[in-house]
This record gives sequence, C-alpha cells and structure tokens, in this order.
Amino acid sequence: MEREVILSVKDLNVKFSLRGQVLHAIRGISLDLYKGESLAIVGESGSGKSVFTKNFIGLLDKNGWVDSGEIIYNGMDLAKFKTEKEWVKIRGKEVAMVMQDPMTSLNPLKTVGWQIEEALKLHQDLSGEAARKKAIEILSDVGIQEPERRYKQYPHEFSGGMRQRVVIAIAMACNPKILICDEPTTALDVTIQAQILDLIRELQKKYQLTTIYITHDLGVVANVADRIAVMYAGDIVEIGTCDEVFYQPQHPYTWALLSSLPQLGIKGEDLYSIKGTPPNLFNKIRGDAFAPRNPKALKIDFLHRPPYFEVSPTHKARTWLLDPRSPKVEPPASLKNIRKIRGAKLVEDGGEE
Amino acid sequence: MENNNREVLLSVKDLEVTFGSKRKPFKAVKGVSFDIYKGETFGLVGESGSGKTTIGRAIIRINPTSAGEVIFKGEKINGKISRELDKRVTQQIQMIFQDPMASLNERAKVDYIVSEGLMNVQKDLSKEEREAKVSKALSEVGLLPEFASRFPHEFSGGQRQRIGIARSLIMEPEFIIADEPISALDVSIRAQVLNLLSALQKERGLTYLFIAHDLSVMRFITDRIAVIHKGVIVELAETEKLFAHPLHPYTRALLSAIPMPDPISEKQKKLETYDPSMHDYSVDKPVWTEIEEGHFIMGNEKELAEYRERLKD
Repeated sequence: MEREVILSVKDLNVKFSLRGQVLHAIRGISLDLYKGESLAIVGESGSGKSVFTKNFIGLLDKNGWVDSGEIIYNGMDLAKFKTEKEWVKIRGKEVAMVMQDPMTSLNPLKTVGWQIEEALKLHQDLSGEAARKKAIEILSDVGIQEPERRYKQYPHEFSGGMRQRVVIAIAMACNPKILICDEPTTALDVTIQAQILDLIRELQKKYQLTTIYITHDLGVVANVADRIAVMYAGDIVEIGTCDEVFYQPQHPYTWALLSSLPQLGIKGEDLYSIKGTPPNLFNKIRGDAFAPRNPKALKIDFLHRPPYFEVSPTHKARTWLLDPRSPKVEPPASLKNIRKIRGAKLVEDGGEE
Repeated sequence: MENNNREVLLSVKDLEVTFGSKRKPFKAVKGVSFDIYKGETFGLVGESGSGKTTIGRAIIRINPTSAGEVIFKGEKINGKISRELDKRVTQQIQMIFQDPMASLNERAKVDYIVSEGLMNVQKDLSKEEREAKVSKALSEVGLLPEFASRFPHEFSGGQRQRIGIARSLIMEPEFIIADEPISALDVSIRAQVLNLLSALQKERGLTYLFIAHDLSVMRFITDRIAVIHKGVIVELAETEKLFAHPLHPYTRALLSAIPMPDPISEKQKKLETYDPSMHDYSVDKPVWTEIEEGHFIMGNEKELAEYRERLKD
C-alpha cells in the first residue's frame, strides 16, 4: 500500500550549547510521517522526544540548532528555516501543537473566546462577527457544552479537562494538517484522559489530521496510535505498527518500557525496573546507547552502533539482537501477559482468539 | 473472613472536612468512614477534587475536621488533643507527597531535609547520632550516604522522591500516607519507587494509605480500595473483588478508563461515563451497605437490588 508522505525527516541531528558544552540531543533520526496517520513517540524524559518534534514547528530553544539533516514538508526544508517570518507560514496553519499543561498554555487574563479568535485573526483573516461565530463553532467541535456562554469565560472558570479542550480548540482554529500533542493528558485524571484521547481521535477522523502523540507512558497509546516510535537517547530505537510494537517488540529498551508498566505487574512480586540512568548526551555515545542499562547486552553493543534491522516492511529496530549472528535472547516473560489482560482483568490461560 | 481478627490501626468515622467561611461553607469530605488494618495497603482512589487528599491531610492533622472522628491505635487524634499525643502522632504517621520537585526545601541540604522532623521530636539528639540516622535512612531507600551534603536540585525526580521517602522513614512511623507518590514520575522510575515502597512494607510491617487517581497502579499495590466521588466513598472492597465485580457506576467508569497496553482490547473497549444525576435519591435515600463480605457500596434499595443481581453472574 503506497501512502502519501506528509513530512519527511532525513538524518536529523540537533545540538544544544549548554554552559560551553555541546549536547547532541537528536542523533541522526530519519522518519516518514504518513498523511492521516497517528504516530506515537514514546520515551523517558530527556530522550529528546519533545525536542525532535519542536523542530517541525520552529520552537527549538534559542541555544539549539539543527546541525545537519532535512525536514521536508510540502517541498520546503524546514531545517533551513531561520526567521520567524518563514515559520509563521507553517506554525498554526500547517503544524499546530497542544502542550502538556493546559494551565500554563492559556492566558489567564483573556477570555477563552478571545484566545481562539486571536488565532483566527492571525491566520484566517477573520474578524468581528465571523470570527466569533467560527470560535463558537470550534468550541462546540471540541465538545464544550453551551459554547456561547463558555465563549465569554476565563480559563480559571474551566476544569483541567475542559481547559485542555480549549487548548485543542485553539490548535484546531487554523485547520492544521499536522497536530502535535505533547503529553496532552499527563496532567489530567484517568477518566478525563480517556475523553481527551477520544476527542483527538474524533477530530483526526473528521479533518483527516495527521497526529503525533508524545508520551512517556506506553500504556496510554495502545488505543490512539497507528504506529509507535520508541525513542532513547536522541534516537528512534524501534518503530512499527501499534500491534507490532506491543505484541512483537524487538529492542531490549522497548521490552524494559513495557515490562515496567504496573498494568503488567503481578501483585506481591517486584515490578520490572530499568536500572541506571539514561546516558549523558554531552559525551559521545559508543555502540548501543541502551547497552549499559541492559543486563543482557552483547559485547558488540558496547562497540558499534547497531543499524536498523527490518522485521517487517513496517517494523524495524536498532538492535544487534536481530543480527542473524547474534545469540537468541528471549523477551521477558511478563510481556506474554499483554494479550491476557482484558478490561483490566487478567484472564487465565486460553485467552487467545 | 480473617478481617474480623485483624487489628484495626486507623479508623475513620463519619469524617467531615469543611472549607470556606461560616456563611459559605463547602464540605469537601462528607461523612466518610473506613478502617485500615495493620500491615495492609489501603487505596483511596478518585478524581481531582474528590477529597481524597483532604482525607489524608485530615488524618495527619494538617486540615482540621468539622465532624467525625479519626481513631489511631484506639485514641482519637482529630480536633483538640494533648501535646504529648500530638507529638506521638507526628512521629507515628508520616506522609509522602506527590511532587518531589515541590516538596523538598531547595535551600536546605539533604541532611537537614531528612532529619528536620527528627530534630523536632528528639531535641536531645547528638550530631553524631543524627548523622548516623540520616545515612541509615538514605541507604535504606537506595541512596548513597554521601548524598546528605547535597542540595535537592542535584537529584533526578526519582531520587528526590526517595529523599521524600527517607524523610518519613527516619521517624520510624507505623503508618504512611502516600499521596500520589508516583504520578509525577516517569514510567521507568515509577516501577523503582513502587518496588521500594513494597520492600519497605515487608521489612518493617508498615501500613500504607495510598492515594491516587490511577487504578492500574492501585491494583498492583493495594490490598483494599475505597472509591471516592465528590467527598463520599461510593464503594469499598478488596482490590481483586473490586476489579472482578465493580458495582457502582462511578467505579465502573474509572475502571473502563484505565489505559491498557494491549491494542486489540483497547480498540474494542467501551468507555463508561458516570453522570451523578442518574441516581434518583429524592425519596429513596442511599445507605452504606455491605453487599457481600468485605464489599461495601453506597446505594438505595432499588440500586442495591440491581447490584445484587449483578453479583450473581
């Protein structure tokens, strides 16, 4: 199946200058984003998942720069963009972002309606009554009841979940093609989290959006992602369809992330936990970045960086374990429990359909 | 079951906590009752604003109670109590807070942060004794004793939460209130902190009140769970019973919202939503009833009949 590529990243390297040292935050990522898909990027804090996507919208911190590589969107190379003037054409209209904490991403001094209209005025040349109408329409689109009344209210009059809906409304105001959701539900309750994820999925269908979810919790993406990219130390170590990553994970880091989910834990036994800390990206990384924390690492893991090995046309992983010469290492047994959990209940054996 | 013979460590009876002025009172906790047995992990789950944290804070005497009783080891500890009892309660009940970034004094060294509580209770403690206790507490939570001379900003989130745990352990408490201790942490660090908490429980026979909004974590760590909604406990049962037969519509909504790391069942799952107006309590008032052994639920006669039906399946 040929799919249209909407955004293509080629061998991207991003560096930061911090206290006179250079930090290599993104270490050569290549990724094709398909039109209309939802991609989840999963990794620990500091893995570079936010930094990576900030490149698509020109929000890299001032001390960071694209060292090499391309980001092709609509025939333009976003990696070459320098001025705000260039970015204004992309930001909002083409690529929009929903941030983690709805409390800090809204202006507390302006009404919700004003904040949505601001985006409309800037990008769609709407004003007055037309902008008001459109803003109310968007509010009801994101599932806010009584949009006319809510339009005049301030962010503090909204609950956390409702505020996140407003943030999504602002992001949607300019009909973006790509929506980046950076930990959109981390600050929210479980019930609200499920509702917000539902909402994003609905909008995605309705407007044929391409979405990128950034999260540290593999547990939440099973329902929202078509594909999952697992990031570690500024690199994508495994990428595949949702089913492939959950049912046939290949990289030891993906195994570790999955095994440490409390959903898979067995009461009375220790939960799997990843030892050590992520590597310091100020230093040059040799071999597989995860090797020092991987108790079953091979010798070669410390010497040479593994290439991508293809598992299926949609699934590849950067681990020497997939090399035909490597010894066979079994994934942790607890991962077999994934298919046994149903509706929060561990089903006894015989659960295969 | 054996519950009858088990020792009750903490008992909360018809607890009420009211905020706001006399003219405009707001009841955050409305007549909550439960017992916590010695050595168990009792979970309190609910969404933000449900009053779960307020209950924890009322037990540890941070929030004053407006009615009801909190009984710890047979003594009433809420309201006006003697100084001597207050001191004992401070030592025996400790709290672990949610956000390790906000709950540690940025200007104090770890040594001071960990031993501050101790110095308040044992004023005659010598410097050497104190330092020995600090390094013992630090190594118990998996930190190096050298860390005592560092400042909080030098630590990662997971390490900071360990400092928070060391700070409560040093008091040698019997009962620890853990208020969302892992919500602010990364998934991989969560596992470490959860393992540490259960290891400490085994070693020292600690009793936990574990407050969280995330039922998937609760299932892993708790023995019994109380579900709280808008200041009222709506259902209470042993963890596995609650997961096997969630009865109250709010519990069911919470359970259905747990994200599962399994694409197939996730895609089939149906979210249940809870609308409090579904209860018609105008005539038939709800009562707190034990519907099966150890499984309590809030409901009126009509609802209870339905719940009993469901239990039979």
